[in-house]
This record gives sequence, structure tokens and C-alpha cells, in this order.
Amino acid sequence: MAENKNDINRRHFLRNGLWAACLTGLGAITGALSRKCSAQNLFWQIDPEICIACGNCATYCVLEESAVKCVHAYAMCGYCRICFGFFGPEPHDINDAAENQLCPTGAIIRKYLKDDDPYYEYTIDEPLCMGCGKCVLGCNTFGNGSLFLQVRHDRCLNCNECSIAVACPSGAYKRVPADKPYLLKRADSA
Amino acid sequence: MIRFVYIIVGMAVLLLSSGIASGFERFPPPDFESGYEQPSPTTPNPRQDIYEYIDAFVLLAVLSLASYLVLRKRRRRLIFVLSILSLFYFGFWREGCVCPIGAIQNVALSIFDSDYAVPITVMIFFLLPLVFTLFFGRIFCAAVCPLGAIQDVVLLRPTSVPEWLESGLRLFAYVYLAAAVLFAATGSAFIICRYDPFISFFRLSGDFNMLILGVCFLFVGMFIGRPYCRFACPYGIIMRQLSRISKWRVAITPDDCIKCRLCEDSCPFGAIRAPTEDWSPQDYNKNKKLLVVLILLLPVLVFSCGWIGFALRPVTSRMHATVRLADGIYLEETGQAQETTDTSSAFRATGKEVQDLYAEALDIQAEFGLGGWIFGGFVGLVIALKLIVLSLRRQRTDYEAGRAGCLACGRCFEYCPKEHTKRKLAKETIDKS
Repeated sequence: MAENKNDINRRHFLRNGLWAACLTGLGAITGALSRKCSAQNLFWQIDPEICIACGNCATYCVLEESAVKCVHAYAMCGYCRICFGFFGPEPHDINDAAENQLCPTGAIIRKYLKDDDPYYEYTIDEPLCMGCGKCVLGCNTFGNGSLFLQVRHDRCLNCNECSIAVACPSGAYKRVPADKPYLLKRADSA
Repeated sequence: MIRFVYIIVGMAVLLLSSGIASGFERFPPPDFESGYEQPSPTTPNPRQDIYEYIDAFVLLAVLSLASYLVLRKRRRRLIFVLSILSLFYFGFWREGCVCPIGAIQNVALSIFDSDYAVPITVMIFFLLPLVFTLFFGRIFCAAVCPLGAIQDVVLLRPTSVPEWLESGLRLFAYVYLAAAVLFAATGSAFIICRYDPFISFFRLSGDFNMLILGVCFLFVGMFIGRPYCRFACPYGIIMRQLSRISKWRVAITPDDCIKCRLCEDSCPFGAIRAPTEDWSPQDYNKNKKLLVVLILLLPVLVFSCGWIGFALRPVTSRMHATVRLADGIYLEETGQAQETTDTSSAFRATGKEVQDLYAEALDIQAEFGLGGWIFGGFVGLVIALKLIVLSLRRQRTDYEAGRAGCLACGRCFEYCPKEHTKRKLAKETIDKS
């Protein structure tokens, strides 16, 4: 080795100095961000007030079966006999037959409430729902807007960048903290 | 039946003028008298935070174990087994999110966006491998990163890549890092996550185009060791720089190098540096002149690349959703686009002023202008420094693992005859006692 001893020492000194500077730098990043750090993890959620039920949720999720499902705020529901989320635009008849239904997978269950005469309860059969939002659009346009889409956190992989959020035309996707993972519609918020 | 259609048509005329998204109490909820119990919507909980901390702890444990295996134990087989375990835990079990590579963007976003607070676990995922790199070299690449492990598994017939091609292709990773930070800092997109080639393998579902890209990477990876790590990984770029000055690092031989050249071709990633030859006085003078020219070229390169980055702002800023929306609205307003899109009708339904949107988009474009200067300047600096380093004289008397390029995989250990002598000695000592 052609270098003399002093040269090596100088090189080592510079290297050690740079090393310490880098460690301090990492520490500085930690310090600067720790004030802004949130102890909670963040999760993706749809703001139902902004959602336009375009149907992208059904197709853009990285999961084969979307993590987005329809949710029903029963307190807002009118329990109508003719539900605009349940029936297609021109039903042949007012009954549960598949050709009358708006939902492409028949995921809405329509139940006649025996004792309360003209009322019908609508529930979502979640394993069948694919989050296309057809019923949401129908209910919002003509009804009370009690049906809305939500990211179901038992299914969501919580990708760092949600691919539905990228495709969302109305910017309805938000990062929400873990203690409030749902943005539900409520009767008083309508 | 006909009456029903009339009702719908009537309702449509009445109600379509009012917005779509908000709900109305058009049909008052009934007062139930028969004791009907109204269900409430279920809200299944997300993954508990405690599991995120467990992930961070697993990361720490695997990093520590990997450091021990690489620097003390020196056994390729054990390192490989550990990397397979990481592949299954961080890759297939945790399905790839969140990883340190993607965490670069969360950190960049939280620095520039005051509304976004990076979760502590993501911070830990970003920092921990960097701290380990400062101490032990690129241990994370060796046995922790699932993206590296999946490429290591398919590496069958490694061929060597010429030095000039390697450096040239690596430039892409620098550009990728700078672009990822630019787009994350402006809140436009997380491109590292969007173009992660292996995530669809980990999840066994995902975008078809990305799956094809992943297959291509794995196919190329059969003949060229870890193409993503060497030519694309933005986190690898940060670790390269830190591992240059790491306290401890991989040594090919446990003893003195005897220059037997046995390890020369053992590294599939071209990270082994051969002893240097002495320069002749002519070479020395030629390179001295070149160095002066290159140092003078540095500010020119930085400035011109920065200007290119600045001039590209109409293109780069289109990654931001607001700018894209403003573009679309502008085309519609000026009659250049006939049909409305979901995005533009959603914007019009909000009732916001078009002029406000334009102003907002222009602000974002100005941000991209400044970001473009930094982005381009960084790329120019990288090119200039690479050229300068090429004309500097290096002195090496032994075969060494390159400080920056060594992925600490440990393949070279077994090629060193000194290693075998040492192991034999150790075994004999154990047998005797």
C-alpha cells in the first residue's frame, strides 16, 4: 500500500466524521418527524358525502372481491315498499324476482315486516355484495340515501397507496385514524 | 305498472336538479309499533395497532439475526434460510405492506404535508434498516427484504454485467428515487407502491400489467442477479450511500487475502472489486485533466438538468389529481372535449368555482416547478459525481466486497480457501475437546 500512515488516519477521521454526521442526520429526521408522528395506524375510508357511486370500487381494488361493500344506515331508511336501491328502473313486477332487482348479484335481502304493515326491511348480504354502488346511486337519487359504500376493514389490505383511491373520480377516499375507521351516515347528518 | 314508471319519471324530474351525493328524508322513517328492533350497521375492526408493533419487532429481530449470520457466522445457507423466512413473513403473510422501500414516500409526504402524520410503525420501518446499514452494511438487502428474497430464489445462471452498463442502468434507480420523493412530497402519487413488480405475487392478486412486469423481472432475474435491487430500488440507493461508511462490513476472507482469484466471479451482483493496477504517468496526467474538466462540468450539469426538471412541470404536475381535473374542466369549458367524465361531473356537483380550481392547479404546478429544479438538480449531481469518481485513482491491494454494491448475501464466503482452512481448524478444535 502506497499510502503512509498519516494518510490512512486522515481518511479514517473523515469517514468517522461522515458516519457520525449520517447517524445524527437520521436522528434529526426522527426528531423532526416524531412531533408529527401518529401513534395510530392510518386506514383508507370513503367519505359517503363525497362518493358519487361511480362503480370503480368494484373493479379497482387489488383484491379479486373488492374490500368495499354497501352499508345500510337503517335509521335513515324509509322502509319503502318500492325501494329505489332494490328495484331496477322498470321492474316487471313489485316482487323479489331476480329480473326486478337492481343489484347485479342479488345481495340485497328484502324482508316484509309482518306486524308493521306496509314496511319492508332491506339488509345487505355482504358476501354477495361486490361494492358496485348501483343501489347506492338509486337510493341517493330517489330515496333517503341510507345506502352507502364503505371500506370493510376485515377485508381491506390497507395498501400504502389504495388503488381505488387513485381511480376515484370524486376524491372521496381519505386516510382515517384507527380509532375512527368508518365514516358512517347517520340520521341526524342527512 | 305504468303508474310506477310515472312515479319514477316524476321523481327524476323533481330530484335530479338537487345533488346526488347527499341524502334526503324524502320518505320519513316509520315509527314502529310492534317492537321491531332496528339493526345497526356492522363495523368490523381494522388490524389492531399491536400487530403493527409486532411487525416492527420482527423486523428488528430479523435484522439483528441477519447481522450476526453475515458478519459472525458467515454461512450463506443460513442467510438464505433467513431470507426465505422473511419472504414468507413480510411477503406472503403480511402481503408486502408496509415496506421500507414504500415508507420513503410516507416520510417525504409527512415532511411536506402538514396534514399527514406518518404512523410510528412506518417510521420504524423506514429508519431501522438505515441504522443497521450504518453499522453493518446492507444487511436488510441480504436477508430481510422480501423483494430481494424472491429474486434470489430464481437466480439460476448469473451472468456478469459490464461495469459501464451497470452504472448506466443504476442511474434509473436514482431518477426513480427522486421522482418518488417529488410525487410523494406534492401529494400526487406513491409511484413506488404503484409500480411494485412483486406485490401481486405476494397477494396472489392485483393489476395484470404489474403481474406481467413482475414475471419479466423474475425471468431476467434468472440470468442477471436481482435486477430490481440493482437498477430500480430507490431504498437501495439510500443504503448504498450509507453502507459506504458503515462501521463493519462483509469481508470476503476471514484472514489476509492471498489474491488467489477464486472469489473473482463468485458475486452474481458484480460487487467484488479486484486489486487495482498502478497508473502510468501518462494515465495520471490524462485523468488529472479530465478531472478538472469534469469538476467544471458539475455546475453546468446540475443547472441544465435542474432546468429540464423545471421545464417538464406541465408534464410532471399531471400526476396530481387536481391538475388533471383542472385540465379536463378546461377542455370542457373551451369546447375541446364534448363528453363529460365522472370526475368532471363530480366536480361540478360540488358547486365550486372553476376559476378557484384553475388557481389551485396553477399553485400546484408552481410547486412542481420548484420540485422540478430540485429533482433535476439531484439527477445532474448524480451524473456529474459518477463521472468524477470514474476519473479518480483508487488503490486496492486485495479482493474486496464493494462498499456500496455489496448486498451482504454471503455467496463469496465459501469461495475463499482461507475460509475453509478456518472452518476446518474450528472443527478440529471442537472434535479434540
